[in-house]
Amino acid sequence: MSNVYVIGGGESKYGELWDRSLREIAVEAGLKAVENAGIRTKDLNAIYMGNSLGGLISKQEHLSALMSDYAGIASEHVPSMRIEASTASGGAAFRQAYLSIKSGEHDVVMVGGVEKMTELYGTEIIDITSSLVDREWEAFNGATPAAVAALSARKYMRDFNVKKEALAAISVNDHANASLNENAQYRNKITIEQALSATPIAEPLNLMDCAPMTDGATSVILASEKYLKEHGTKGVRIMGSAISQGPFALHSRKSFYTVEPTIISTKKAMEQANIKHKDISFVEIHDSYSIYGLMALEDLGFVEKGHASEMVENGIGINSNLPVNPSGGLKAKGFPYGAAGVSQIYETYLQLSGKAGKRQIKDATCGLVHNMAGSGAASVVHILGVD
Amino acid sequence: MGELSRMWREMPSRYRMQGDRCGNCDQVYFPPREICPVCHRDSIGKMKDVDIDGAGEILSFTVVHEAPPAFLRQKPYIIALVKLKEGPVITGQIVDTLPEEIDIGTKVRSVFRKISEDGKSGVIHYGYKFVPE
Repeated sequence: MSNVYVIGGGESKYGELWDRSLREIAVEAGLKAVENAGIRTKDLNAIYMGNSLGGLISKQEHLSALMSDYAGIASEHVPSMRIEASTASGGAAFRQAYLSIKSGEHDVVMVGGVEKMTELYGTEIIDITSSLVDREWEAFNGATPAAVAALSARKYMRDFNVKKEALAAISVNDHANASLNENAQYRNKITIEQALSATPIAEPLNLMDCAPMTDGATSVILASEKYLKEHGTKGVRIMGSAISQGPFALHSRKSFYTVEPTIISTKKAMEQANIKHKDISFVEIHDSYSIYGLMALEDLGFVEKGHASEMVENGIGINSNLPVNPSGGLKAKGFPYGAAGVSQIYETYLQLSGKAGKRQIKDATCGLVHNMAGSGAASVVHILGVD
Repeated sequence: MGELSRMWREMPSRYRMQGDRCGNCDQVYFPPREICPVCHRDSIGKMKDVDIDGAGEILSFTVVHEAPPAFLRQKPYIIALVKLKEGPVITGQIVDTLPEEIDIGTKVRSVFRKISEDGKSGVIHYGYKFVPE
């Protein structure tokens, strides 16, 4: 079976883009990716769009076909479909594209991720984002995604005697890295004290523990080894790819701070890549809430359960042993739900091809990407590396 | 809007906490399930209605300050993971108390309460909340 490579990407600015529409930002990212990868749209064998809430927010479905049309390529009849897996839609779409090339069916595929989250006023968006959790048995009773994360956070902090500073350190690191990313939504650095004193959202989590509502789109182009050889194109190889699923609602899980799908996906992806943790140069983790950042570092296997606080206290910055979220993460680069997974892949591609500019990690040869659905109903893990 | 049948068909579980007991392994499930995740196909046709007592214990809780439209008048409100006497853990509100008065481990009991309403002219949604024992 063919090796599969990421050969380019592009994205819109991340932020509150009130003057720009869903279709505009998706098309911008897609066309930038095509240009960046040095391909033509007629080379595309398929398009997979990751999107989570387009139907509920913009009342628009079938985004893949709409985007193809507005990219001006309806006449090329490229097979395209939208992949939905909540906040892991981007990672799931990327995996479908990877599989389609791995199978031998396709040679060049686009993965798009897009979300337009600032269309609505007031608190209506909180009801819509509550579709990430169980509508009938969590959200019905008033639980929001932040509330569900807070339930994990309180239990975790109590059981392992972890202070709020450890959670804050995840967000502080994201903001520091985002200050070096010109596409990021929040480029301001924050201190631990600022992070601790923000307005409460769902105690013990406050505003600085919660990734923002973001408009944004990112696209990447994947290609087969055959395509690379024929065209003399360079790329970053997808060494491992896995998605797995677990109990949907937090209350159905054995542990309230362990995401089994992350553990299982990591094991599978690392076996495929045939690497050990020490071989990984950096990680992009799904820290939609700061607590999920700590949980991810543990479930990904970098540190024992309950000990991520020690790891973050020792430093997770760009020059540390294991840089976390060089892009600025979901907290500070931004969190357009269905685009987040593609955004993480794009950052990993940039780092591994030495194109990350001011936030370039030295000697980066292998990156792990973790994209999670909701409170952990599913996790996608990808490992990318230089050949 | 238009949520009538979606709410109506859940009444037995929302109003009097009707769950399921697997006739194969005796495990109790709430919210109800049609298939036992332990026994799989051996449980098909053997899931029996069971009434949940409503007694439980708080495993974790949060105070929600940013709420969706249907819950704005209630904020800040407490959401908890409650372990029921019969075994299942569920998500629900803790009411008639203050966050300072409860903790992980606090014993609670279910009460029948209004949860939310479907706008000004829509149906009122009722269900269970919990109060400290």
